[in-house]
Amino acid sequence: MENRHFAALFVLALGAADLAAPALADEVNLYSARKEDLIKPLLDRFTEKTGITVNLITGEADVLLKRIVAEGKNTPADLLLTTDVGRLYRAKSEGVTAPIGSAALVAAVPAQYRDPADHWVGLSLRARPIMYVKGKVDPAELSTYEALVDAKWQGRICIRSSSNVYNQSMMAAMIAADGAEAAENWAKGLVANFARPPEGGDRDQIKAAAAGQCDIAIANTYYLAGMVGSEEAAQREAAAKVAVFWPNQDGRGTHVNVSGAALVKASRHPDAARALLEFLANDESQAWYAEANGEYPVRPGIGLSPVLAEWGTFKADELNLERLGELNAEALMIMDRAGWK
Amino acid sequence: MTDATWVVARRRPALLPRATLWQGAVLAVAALIALPVLVVIGVALAPAGDVWRHLGETVLADYVTNSLILMAGVAIGTFVGGVGCAWLASMCDFPGRRIFEWALLLPMALPAYIIAYTYTGLLEFAGPVQTGLRDLFGWQAGDYWFPRVRSLGGAVVMLSLVLYPYVYLLARAAFLSQSICVLDVSRTLGNGPWRTFFTVALPLARPAIVAGMSLALMETLADYGTVQYFGVATFTTGIFRTWYGLDDMNAAAQLATILLAFVVALVAIERLSRRSARFHHTTGRHQDIRRFRLKGVKAAAAFLFCFVALAFGFLVPAGQLAWWSVLVAEKEVDGRFLTLVWHSVELGAIAAVLSVMLALFLGYARRLFRTRPVRVAVDVAGLGYAVPGTIIAIGVVIPFAFLDNRLDAFMEATFGISTGLLLSGTIVAVVSAYLVRFLAVSLQTVNAGLDRIRPSLDDAGRSLGLGPAEVVRRIHVPMLEGSLLTALLLVFVDVLKELPATLILRPFNFNTLAVRAFEMASDERLASAGPAALTIVAAGIVPVVLLSRSITRTRGTRPA
Repeated sequence: MENRHFAALFVLALGAADLAAPALADEVNLYSARKEDLIKPLLDRFTEKTGITVNLITGEADVLLKRIVAEGKNTPADLLLTTDVGRLYRAKSEGVTAPIGSAALVAAVPAQYRDPADHWVGLSLRARPIMYVKGKVDPAELSTYEALVDAKWQGRICIRSSSNVYNQSMMAAMIAADGAEAAENWAKGLVANFARPPEGGDRDQIKAAAAGQCDIAIANTYYLAGMVGSEEAAQREAAAKVAVFWPNQDGRGTHVNVSGAALVKASRHPDAARALLEFLANDESQAWYAEANGEYPVRPGIGLSPVLAEWGTFKADELNLERLGELNAEALMIMDRAGWK
Repeated sequence: MTDATWVVARRRPALLPRATLWQGAVLAVAALIALPVLVVIGVALAPAGDVWRHLGETVLADYVTNSLILMAGVAIGTFVGGVGCAWLASMCDFPGRRIFEWALLLPMALPAYIIAYTYTGLLEFAGPVQTGLRDLFGWQAGDYWFPRVRSLGGAVVMLSLVLYPYVYLLARAAFLSQSICVLDVSRTLGNGPWRTFFTVALPLARPAIVAGMSLALMETLADYGTVQYFGVATFTTGIFRTWYGLDDMNAAAQLATILLAFVVALVAIERLSRRSARFHHTTGRHQDIRRFRLKGVKAAAAFLFCFVALAFGFLVPAGQLAWWSVLVAEKEVDGRFLTLVWHSVELGAIAAVLSVMLALFLGYARRLFRTRPVRVAVDVAGLGYAVPGTIIAIGVVIPFAFLDNRLDAFMEATFGISTGLLLSGTIVAVVSAYLVRFLAVSLQTVNAGLDRIRPSLDDAGRSLGLGPAEVVRRIHVPMLEGSLLTALLLVFVDVLKELPATLILRPFNFNTLAVRAFEMASDERLASAGPAALTIVAAGIVPVVLLSRSITRTRGTRPA
């Protein structure tokens, strides 16, 4: 009885394997840490224009990376798409990526958003500025991330947990700019100014600020953009109460991270993969990131959506993002020591 | 059938080699199921960096204490909620009881992290409740005290609300199958309802209650979504922090191994509690249940008790999800949505059937061969339940890919054909992960059912000339029916909710409801998560109702 069922399942399994096995037709297989909604429309457009099918699975970047490593030379993956640079760096260190080799990408994307060895390329920017409650904070009081440890901000700052990679990257940028010791002191000072123990996501920090629990929130801009365009009235109202301040404009610039992609070494469709990357960096796709998800284009000279345009332009940190990946573990240890939950 | 029986009967002297074969098969199956967990332990054996000193100095103490407090809290919550509701809904009579009887199972269909999202939306500082209070009384931030949802206490409440049905379900089945005679005897001996409950019914139902609670606690240990969202530092959040943030997979696997130690302790406690008292009814005589008819204040209190569990565990969060769904229905619900539903149901059904078959196999082995290797093997096979799905997924990816690559290399070398990856990235991998993760659920339920069948019944059957197959067919099957259905339902609903393993192991372009709900929710677009989350709940309700009816039907009941 049981044996028969197992046999049946096995036959089924082989059938499924056949269906799932990558055929040799024109296609690209994408392992994506970007959510389906935040990439699929672009992929559909790509297929429409080129006739190349894109197969997609989404998941956490680290686990997708482990899967690529385990699958070895037989991995179906052609591209690994992540939402932060640390994971791209990690994929490269695992030795599963290869140089992309696209002159068009090198020409289009600024050097700080590309791997020096060409294994990965940034495709959209995620800025992490200071957001303040209009009327409660005079933007003239704000200047840099570093200045947020001033005693006047005591009990007025909301930010999420240090488990979040965007905080880890922000901390890594701080280490790169000011050194580990200064960065640790900064982390301790910031924790001392928290309005509450870290909880929830970026949107929750903005909501808490709008509701009066704190005066300043640190969050990625696309969350605010999402709230502006939300179906829920409460979120739109909260978003209307806060404004964006671009810190460190006289110095290193506002901290940014990228969502980007690495070419898998064992890729069986490298040409199609390159074509997809070039497509994701073209004018139309770059504008889409801003329209659909409030992210900034990785290339200069792309028009911004009305929401982003209202927040104005800013100078972004020009640190090569590869450094953020290198410093990630150190950043987390510093935050642990500083008691940043 | 008669031929088979005859053969079995004739071959009885040759029982020993068959027994060895069975035991060998049990060990093999258990080893396969435990493989992903063993892979994790294997990874843990590799030396970690100097991360441990850092962990020890900073966060490790938090991980341990928070995990322990969380478990203790959920243990109390699920016991009080599950056993209390089960007793009231099956053995007492009060207005609304018939509805509560099945409705109390509904929270089971809600993933813990989803209920956490909905309550946070309602009760956080910026939510409608606190905002309303502030507007009403003119308060400012800091003027008043309000419990923080996103806290350790909040996590205890959220997990208890969705996990108490596990205890309820098993306790209720146990109460209903109790021979009413013993309860009547207790009553005629002058014990009141309370005393009867505590001295007779509760001890008799203990195996089932302990089984339900250990499921709830293992689920608690494996929970990642809730504690992560609430910012509570537990072992699971620590594992992923160490892996993703510190980039030390070995240290993460070592933390996971410590987590496993917690589970082993849990299983040991369950065993001990059973060993100290193995309760069986001495008579199988059943009469119709005469329920304690509650009146007045008592009826109101019983109603309130059940209503609180139902309202906070289901009505409020489902209402919030429904409201969100209305907001986004137009955008979210289309043809693709039906595919999601189909994928979820398909995976749930396959995994549920296979898991129950495996559980029967292992459960019978444990019953027939009370040897240490078999018992240990069966226990080990159930360990996966407490391991976070992501870890299981990694434990599945590594051996599957290894096997595929080896086969590919062999075929390439021998026949010059590259077979590529045969199993990795197919639903076989996904279903395997479900079996590893949820075998404990079907195993616990089936074992609890088997334990209620007195061994003396088997002996009686055999001495009256029944062959083993007939003992199973004529005695076990009717007595096990309820447990098997329960097991099917539990696994099915668990699979619908399962997220991390599905996410990582599924084939290309293959989405499920849980994946959809999670992608929206983790992107902090809670409203858009509504339709998928609500459908998980709805899909879970159908089997819940079917099951509930079949349990009630298994014995005639009438109010006294």
